[in-house]
Amino acid sequence: MLRDITLGQYYRTDSVIHRLDPRVKLVATFVFIMSLFLVKNFWGYLIAGVFLAVCIKLSNVPPKFIFRGMKTIFFLLLLTMVFNLFLTPGKELVSFWKFTITYEGLKMASMMAVRLVFLITGSSIMTLTTTPNNLTDGMESVLGPLKKLHVPVHEISMMMSIALRFIPILLEETDKIMKAQMARGADFENGSLINRAKSLVPLLVPLFISAFRRAMDLAMAMEARCYRGGDGRTKMKPLIYKKRDRIAYGVLYSYLLVAIVVGRILFR
Amino acid sequence: MSLILDHVNYIYDEDTAMAHAALIDVNLQIPDGQFIGLIGHTGSGKSTLIQHLNGLETPTSGSVYFNGKDISDPDFNKKELRSKVGLVFQYPEHQLFETDCFKDVCFGPKNLGLPQKEVELRAYEALKMVGFDDEYFYQSPFELSGGQKRRVAIAGVIAMKPDVLILDEPTAGLDPKGREDILGLIKRLHDEMGITVILVSHSMDDVADYVERIIVMNKGRVAFDDIPVNVFAHYKELEEIGLAAPQVTYVMQELAKAGFPVDAKATTMEQAKNEILKAFGRC
Ligand SMILES: Nc1ncnc2c1ncn2[C@@H]1O[C@H](COP(=O)(O)OP(=O)(O)OP(=O)(O)O)[C@@H](O)[C@H]1O
Ligand SMILES: [Mg+2]
Repeated sequence: MLRDITLGQYYRTDSVIHRLDPRVKLVATFVFIMSLFLVKNFWGYLIAGVFLAVCIKLSNVPPKFIFRGMKTIFFLLLLTMVFNLFLTPGKELVSFWKFTITYEGLKMASMMAVRLVFLITGSSIMTLTTTPNNLTDGMESVLGPLKKLHVPVHEISMMMSIALRFIPILLEETDKIMKAQMARGADFENGSLINRAKSLVPLLVPLFISAFRRAMDLAMAMEARCYRGGDGRTKMKPLIYKKRDRIAYGVLYSYLLVAIVVGRILFR
Repeated sequence: MSLILDHVNYIYDEDTAMAHAALIDVNLQIPDGQFIGLIGHTGSGKSTLIQHLNGLETPTSGSVYFNGKDISDPDFNKKELRSKVGLVFQYPEHQLFETDCFKDVCFGPKNLGLPQKEVELRAYEALKMVGFDDEYFYQSPFELSGGQKRRVAIAGVIAMKPDVLILDEPTAGLDPKGREDILGLIKRLHDEMGITVILVSHSMDDVADYVERIIVMNKGRVAFDDIPVNVFAHYKELEEIGLAAPQVTYVMQELAKAGFPVDAKATTMEQAKNEILKAFGRC
């Protein structure tokens, strides 16, 4: 069950996408998400879908693994769809009792669903193919200019990378504690809502304690190695753009151009 | 109350590139009342195996039978299985959550749906059994030492009065005295309550003195399954899979090789002492 959460996980394998510079992937994810909100018709989404499919194919990550993460947002997806379906005013399609489904509602609901699914898939491809370390380096470099405005870029990206790094660890820990409590007869799956909420106490208390313990240990270990923030810190592996990264940027901007032309201008 | 594993295979993260077979064709029979040592190198699948015994994991293929019933069956009562087969995890102190030790030990019996009186009685008995001082009963479990926490956690499982008690490396991270205490306690539980005990460990020295049967795991397979003497006779093979026979075995083998009239099969310190004294004609 918990293994279904793929958010922020890294999938170890080798592929073109894995080897790309993290900055490219960060920018690409941003551009892709932007494109999802810029296109306005079916053809635009088709192009976005094809682009996404090609990226998944190139990344060597089994699609099953990517979509397993989708289960966790299923409820959110359903909720958005239902609200959009029933609450959008417009031309009536069908109506029963107090509800009416409009043509606009249907369109809106499917668009939102597609957007959400693409958005999550797009960002999970980035995290699945980039190690947290690389991701942080990329982030720091992309946000670098903000340092002039006294934004603590290094600290932010360090925090982000630690958070990402800890997601799988905490999931594993949750799994372990859950099993230990189940061995003592705890029941996390059945019972009324209140009982189920109560049954979380034996899970959450040890989990928080262990999270704090880990945080303390990590802070201690960082201090012991003389970590003192980003000033004057050099990198063992500085990020350098290679030929494939330039090609990737080319592909990315061509995609954006085509998606906008097709999705906004060609077909209205 | 027997447990039978029939051609059990278990694969972690099936269908992904990380797929990893943790158990391969495991066949075991665990009858009543035995004291069993489960030994294996790090990552050999010990923890995975014991989670199959109380239904926390179900085999990818093959079956586990509890009293003749397949635990993978959809209408098999897993809750009952878990109350009969008690499992103490590796570092069990990490599961403590209540505001005081006594309440924490009550958690298990309470989940069995017993009346409050019975719950408290069992918790009291269990804490007494693990040799926990009365004065700490109402202290927060987080203020105890590692060894004390371990005792509370073990009591939490004992309080459910299981027929089979499985302990995953109960002595990990304890000092020699704490180790001996815990092992002695487990031995006493086995003798007094007549329950089946499965003791998971890295170290032969830990279990040799106590168990009547040893199961050795290697890379997900059962490598040996026999009484200690016979298992230790394979000390060369044990070394190859990253384990070692108890030190006593080595001493006795060396003595026998050097021509002393001792029986090299002695596995415990006590037996070895007697053998050596006999060889020197002192008894
Ligand atoms: N949750 C998990 N997900 C994926 N693989 C796992 C998981 N738990 C264990 N494994 C793998 O299964 C194999 C067996 O692990 P297991 O925990 O059963 O070993 P063990 O014998 O208990 O080792 P140790 O003595 O270190 O506790 C290991 O190779 C491990 O990497
Ligand atoms: Mg283990």
